[in-house]
Amino acid sequence: MSKSRKTAALLIILAAAPAAAQTRLPPAEQASAATPLGLGRPALPEEVAAWDLDVSPDGTGLPEGSGDVATGEEIYLEQCAACHGDFAEGLDNWPALSGGEGTLDRVDPERTIGSYWPHLSTVWDYVHRSMPFGNAQILTPDETYAITAYLLYSNGLAEDDFVLSNENFAEIRMPNAGGFIPDDRAASEYPVFSAAPCMENCKDSVEITMHASVLDVTPDDAGDATGAAAGDPAGDAGSD
Amino acid sequence: MTGTPASSTRRGFLRAGLAAGVALPAGATLARAQAAPDPLITEVQDWARYSGDGVDETPYGLPIRFEADVIRRNVPWLTADTISSINFTPIHALDGTITPAGCAFERHHSGAIELAKPDYRLMINGLVERPLVFSYDDLERFPRRQGVYFCECAANTGMEWAGAQLNGSQFTHGMIHNMEYVGVALRTLLAEAGVKPEGKWVYVEGADASSNGRSIPLDKAMDDVMVAFKANGEALRKEHGYPARLVVPGWEGNLWVKWLRRIEVTDAPVESREETSKYTDTLANGVSRQWTWVMDAKSVVTAPSPQVAIRHGPGPLVITGLAWSGRGAITRVDVSVDGGRNWTTARLAQPGVPMAVTRFYLDHLWDGEEMLLQSRAVDETGYVQPTKAALRDIRGENSIYHNNGIQTWWIKKDGTAENVEIS
Repeated sequence: MSKSRKTAALLIILAAAPAAAQTRLPPAEQASAATPLGLGRPALPEEVAAWDLDVSPDGTGLPEGSGDVATGEEIYLEQCAACHGDFAEGLDNWPALSGGEGTLDRVDPERTIGSYWPHLSTVWDYVHRSMPFGNAQILTPDETYAITAYLLYSNGLAEDDFVLSNENFAEIRMPNAGGFIPDDRAASEYPVFSAAPCMENCKDSVEITMHASVLDVTPDDAGDATGAAAGDPAGDAGSD
Repeated sequence: MTGTPASSTRRGFLRAGLAAGVALPAGATLARAQAAPDPLITEVQDWARYSGDGVDETPYGLPIRFEADVIRRNVPWLTADTISSINFTPIHALDGTITPAGCAFERHHSGAIELAKPDYRLMINGLVERPLVFSYDDLERFPRRQGVYFCECAANTGMEWAGAQLNGSQFTHGMIHNMEYVGVALRTLLAEAGVKPEGKWVYVEGADASSNGRSIPLDKAMDDVMVAFKANGEALRKEHGYPARLVVPGWEGNLWVKWLRRIEVTDAPVESREETSKYTDTLANGVSRQWTWVMDAKSVVTAPSPQVAIRHGPGPLVITGLAWSGRGAITRVDVSVDGGRNWTTARLAQPGVPMAVTRFYLDHLWDGEEMLLQSRAVDETGYVQPTKAALRDIRGENSIYHNNGIQTWWIKKDGTAENVEIS
């Protein structure tokens, strides 16, 4: 499995973490079995195969198979469109799977497979394992290849005659593949936020600039929402 | 950094009040006189005459009915459905640090599943000498570890990035719980399987349809991560991962995989959906941070707050709240009643515990005037909880996750409170 430069950078960051950031467990909890106790049993190959379904960015874990855009569209319309829209544009509050290109640096960016996701492997893996919502793990590998091909097409990333397979999978590069950096708070924030704080006469004046009551979207005592979100301020705080 | 407040006696209250320039209404520090005898005292009440419930009445009890408002609540418009959604701990009504499991928040991606102990299997595979399958009973035979830790959703306070939106600490800060866990160190289980030298990460996933797979660096996995089967003394609640979940001290709640079914040792992160599409933090320039695991120092005043108005009028007032940090123990919490112009160091109920919630109190003498109430946590690394403005200056408003900015409650003269932002 190849390591991306990003991962290498992250491992360097982890290795350079100061000792102060390491956990100090109480002495009583530091002891743990370093030698096997002989508990559990060997996992059989069939069992590992049944559960170890994850696919890595370089395609490791992909089963043999293939699917084309047209087949994917058929399956998608049957299994997915009721929530995600005929063109993967998303219905109601359900996630959009396409669109949003060029919006990541704007207010309320639209993060979709095409505009945001760094790897196609995640699409295949997640759809195969966790979709359709409420009826997961019904898709065969070939069906998953076909749906993934259709999602590429819906995002303008493949022609309508495209066939996706485990052979050509690793050739696909997603538009936002370079759009991620490992957590950089240690450099960009911790020094800034570790100065001794002001205790007295810290400001000349204070004014209220925003009221939650103006929005009035907090559930009342009955637990009902009293309004709709202005735009989508919750973002994906809990949505999928 | 705990201390006895100067205002712990009536004389102290007066001194503190005077020192702060507080002009109290006449009689504010004196107990109110009762005009007529109180019938609750002078007349024999039913509960003092008739019998109460027998010990066979309640094999496993719920809170008394008068506490019916101390419940989890959800915000329907936040998500497309309630199956992949969030609810909120009633932190405004709780005190101390331990969250009762029955009202501790839930976050599911495909609902809370029912998984019986006999049906439970935990697999370890990947870059190990011996791929293994454990039963639930196997887990209980390993040496145990105990610890109190907060589990905070990465999206806690996420609705507040663009400004004050939800009115109550339950809704702004309630995606958190703090429990005492018992379980097995993950490194103990990994030792059983024998991690190969090329193993650098573990990929963990749940038994539910969403799977919630996440990648964790081996260093963390071998440090303080545990597979927990008890919380606050009893088995995990169904909605918290029964019969076993991952506990990842100090790190974002999404990594605390529930209904844990598989641990795969890998040489690189899987970059699953929950660490690419979600739980990545978009900065103002459109670039997104990935693997922002640690939850930084944070605090909130839980009372008074929008759900907890001051009803007793001017005079002694307990200002209380919670503070926590994923990078160690809380060492100090400062409280401001004037919107951050001046700060007073609050009293920690107990010394801070690393990666656990800490309770703070400020015994205040309220003069009946408006307050802009804030709290500011400091952890043992010296990190000071930033303002929302300071965070936005670095990140913009599109991060969704990891909003640990200082919260402001506007306390009005009538004692009611509102979530506001200030200059």
